[in-house]
Amino acid sequence: MTQKIVIADDEPNLVIPLEYMLKREGYEVTIARDGQEALDAIARVRPQLVLLDVMMPRKSGFDVCQALRADEANRELRILLLTAKGRDDDVAKGLALGADAYVIKPFSPKELVAKVRELLEGAA
Amino acid sequence: MNTLAGPLVIAAAFAYLLLLAGIATLADRRAAQGRSVIGNAWVYTLSLGVYCTAWTYFGSAGRAATSGVWFLPIYLGPTLAMVLAWVVVRKMIRISKTYRITSIADFIASRYGKSPSLAALVTLITVVGIVPYIALQLKALAGGYALLTTPVGAAALPAAHWWHDSTLYVALALAGFTIVFGARRLDSAERHEGMVAAIAFESVVKLLAFLVVGAYVAYGLFDGLADLAARVRAAPALAPLLRLEQGGRFAYEQWFALIGLSMLSTIFLPRQFQMMVVENVDERHVKRAAWAFPLYLLLINLFVLPIAFGGLLIFGAGRMDPDGFVLSLPLAHGQPVLALVAYIGGMSAATGMVIVETIAVSTMVCNDLLMPWLLRTRRFGALAAGDLTHTLLAIRRGAIVGVMLLGYLYFRLAGEAYALVSIGLISFAAVAQFAPAMLGGIYWKGGTKLGAQVGLVAGFALWIYTLLLPSFVKSGWLAASLLSEGPWGVDLLKPERLFGMGGLDSLTHSLFWSLLANAGGYVVASLVRRPSGQEASQALLFVDIFERSVVRRPVFWRGRARVPDLLKLAGRFLGAARAQQLIDEHPQSGAEPGVADARLVQLVETQLAGAIGSASARVMVAAVVEEEPLALDDVMRMLEESSQLRALDRLKDDFMASMSHELRTPLTAIRAVTELMRDDAQMPAAQRAAFLDIVVTETERLGRLVNQVLDMAKIESGHGEWHTDDVDLRELLAHAGQTTAAMFKERGATLQLRLPDALPTLRTDRDRLLQVLLNLLSNATKFVPREGGRVELRLRADNAGVTVEVQDNGPGVPADQQALIFEKFHQGGDAANRPQGTGLGLPISRRIVEHFGGRLWLRSEPGQGACFAFFLPWAGAAEASSRHTRHEGAAA
Amino acid sequence: MFQGLAAQRLLALFFAGALLLNFPLLALWDRDATVLGLPLFPLALFVVWAVLIGLTAWIVERGEDVE
Repeated sequence: MTQKIVIADDEPNLVIPLEYMLKREGYEVTIARDGQEALDAIARVRPQLVLLDVMMPRKSGFDVCQALRADEANRELRILLLTAKGRDDDVAKGLALGADAYVIKPFSPKELVAKVRELLEGAA
Repeated sequence: MNTLAGPLVIAAAFAYLLLLAGIATLADRRAAQGRSVIGNAWVYTLSLGVYCTAWTYFGSAGRAATSGVWFLPIYLGPTLAMVLAWVVVRKMIRISKTYRITSIADFIASRYGKSPSLAALVTLITVVGIVPYIALQLKALAGGYALLTTPVGAAALPAAHWWHDSTLYVALALAGFTIVFGARRLDSAERHEGMVAAIAFESVVKLLAFLVVGAYVAYGLFDGLADLAARVRAAPALAPLLRLEQGGRFAYEQWFALIGLSMLSTIFLPRQFQMMVVENVDERHVKRAAWAFPLYLLLINLFVLPIAFGGLLIFGAGRMDPDGFVLSLPLAHGQPVLALVAYIGGMSAATGMVIVETIAVSTMVCNDLLMPWLLRTRRFGALAAGDLTHTLLAIRRGAIVGVMLLGYLYFRLAGEAYALVSIGLISFAAVAQFAPAMLGGIYWKGGTKLGAQVGLVAGFALWIYTLLLPSFVKSGWLAASLLSEGPWGVDLLKPERLFGMGGLDSLTHSLFWSLLANAGGYVVASLVRRPSGQEASQALLFVDIFERSVVRRPVFWRGRARVPDLLKLAGRFLGAARAQQLIDEHPQSGAEPGVADARLVQLVETQLAGAIGSASARVMVAAVVEEEPLALDDVMRMLEESSQLRALDRLKDDFMASMSHELRTPLTAIRAVTELMRDDAQMPAAQRAAFLDIVVTETERLGRLVNQVLDMAKIESGHGEWHTDDVDLRELLAHAGQTTAAMFKERGATLQLRLPDALPTLRTDRDRLLQVLLNLLSNATKFVPREGGRVELRLRADNAGVTVEVQDNGPGVPADQQALIFEKFHQGGDAANRPQGTGLGLPISRRIVEHFGGRLWLRSEPGQGACFAFFLPWAGAAEASSRHTRHEGAAA
Repeated sequence: MFQGLAAQRLLALFFAGALLLNFPLLALWDRDATVLGLPLFPLALFVVWAVLIGLTAWIVERGEDVE
């Protein structure tokens, strides 16, 4: 079964290569441009993994993460945070809110794909 | 019974001392090479073993033989004290390292306003208190030697003349070794790595020696501990010694007092403070020491009872001095080697104590007693120019010899009258007087100099009266009636039953009154007046040591100082090279060359304090600078300023975080896209082209961001470049309109200009003003609706100045966001149509406008569009330029 | 002053130790008995002492909250 991924990021020029890369790897990709869209998309598509940018308008990645984890239905959902801040407390906050892993910008696409695969393989 | 040949004993002792000196030298050499041997928690712990002196070695068994477990409380106290060490001692270490405090006298003096009189008082108390303790060591050494070398029955011949007294030469030899260990050269941090290494070594030696002898007694002379115990219980005279209540009421208050007293001594004995605080190289070592040092004490005391009881059982009570059991037992059973080993152990203990204690005391005598006085005299005073490092060293060495000789004197005159233990306890009680001032000093900001003075004087006086004086009576120097009837027959003033308080042994009695007067006087006298500026600032620096980071520590100093003067002063005490290094490492940022800023002055003073004590350092620095006295209010204000600085720091941190995010975002896109292209040679051309577009766009964005950030930084720091000129505003606005025409066309919006017919020129920076206009106009194009957007650019003038307005028919800005959009990196609008902006445009525009004395603001209602407007006064440029030149002069 | 878990534990241990090593708790051990042939009181004193040391070591070397 094709694995589905939702990318939530408000930077279009970043989403394009991410989408390209993940589609090439065989995942089915859905884009969301802010936190609220992300929640809607996840409810609709029911992906296995969501790439969450931390800094987004309307709802930040942290808020989305918290909302997702509050819902029991999302227990199997893997959350990968994209953060540019890299400050330890931000990372800790993310992990505390329920994210499974994080990647610090700027990252290499290969690094991201490897992390995605690792998270999805673990779940399987 | 065997005896040992005198020369053999002396040779062995000498050899051992040479070994110690060798270890010390080796350690010092390695430290100079940067490979310190003492940077180790175990070495630190072992160095604290200097607490165990000849008292432990000889006196404990003696005490145990007469009163059983009563030898133990003075080791339980340190155990309890070390439980709290991680909190209390660590604070002291932090304070001492930060302010280069090198002795107890320095600590107290520094805390209470850097007072020379307090420093001298503490030194005096220390010398008087410690001399008996040193005498005790000499007595043990002499007694032990006599025991080893004179056959039983022959009375030890007292030396006919003092110059025949071998103990004198022992004292002098010890002084010599002490100088080798601690006063070969001057270390401004008062650290003596060699000494610490040697002491750690000797702690091991004395522990092992004692354990060996103890094991010999328990398992060699008896069949183990159980056998020994059974024999003791079988002897009716001895059995009670195994119990707490030994017939008669158990003096619980004395037990408690001994524990409490030894708790205080763990820190306040000069040698303990020296090893625990001054010689500490890493705070974290305190963690290990907190349990390992009590463990050491437990181990060294394991066999005390067996030795004591063994002696009593074998020799019978009253025949042999129980203080010497550790020597006489092996000796009597044909084990001279073992006895020698035991003597070496005891000698090691005594020597270790004497060396460390004397070094610590001599430091105090030099820095806190003699130097301040000397510096006041014309010859050495601030005005004289000579290099004082040699003088300092000479004073130190002299003090060492002097203290040793005083110890010898006390030994000659009073040593015979007392069992070892009692002498030691008198010293403990003396140094306990430092507790209120020191503990209060690090936890209570209200403690003042007056409080410390009153407390110390009261405590010391009562100590003399209730403990020292009676000891003189018991030595026969003073009439016995003083004790039995009180001075001049006044019953209430009997030294050992003051105000009628009876039922306590003399030690507990003395402790009670002296500490009561001390602590009470400290608290009451501190509350009499508000602290002075100097006292308050020192209190803050001490009590809040953990709250203030090194960088942001407030500098409590105000005045003027010249760098050359400071350089010369530092050179006199630290050496020219070190002084120059200090100045070089802290370049002056003041507006006038050659004038030292407050931080440098404080740094020099701190370094000097390490060499000559903080009180003297204060005096010296005050002499070369013009200082303004600090009032309490000044201190409060300085504190507030530094906390404001901290708040600003936090804002700066947040800014850095946002900026880092803004920079990384385009970089992430560029990286992702370029790596994908690199790794996929087969990428279709169309996809590749799209990706390259992204690279271009994001690179441009990055470039814009970097430019704007630099621009912002320049403007804010006052380094912005401004070129004022007479500007025709009508022409400028028209030009702005033309420049943005393409943006408007692309958006399908219209721009309308409303300009007055004629207008005086405005003196301003044309390019910067254009920057503002372009920013406002381009913002407008981003927010007006597509196809149908209308923007109006209006210009108005009046007597005060000109007003420019940019009105758009976009969605407007809600009230709660209106202030936010002027913040750095905030980008308005919702996610759907986030424009490509940096978020810095508006803040920069505002800065520019404000630079010329104007204002930039927003007027908007949701649904009614937004109007960004700015006002520029006619006279703005003139003001701006005068501000600018002032700014240039003062900016760092 | 005494913030942090380790510091609070140390303070508690300090008071516990002070109580155990003084009257009246100390007197509890004062009996004419032996354990393994060794007299109770001195043995108990050393054991309590060792326990204190052990607990201090445990608190401090755990690394919890001890920065």
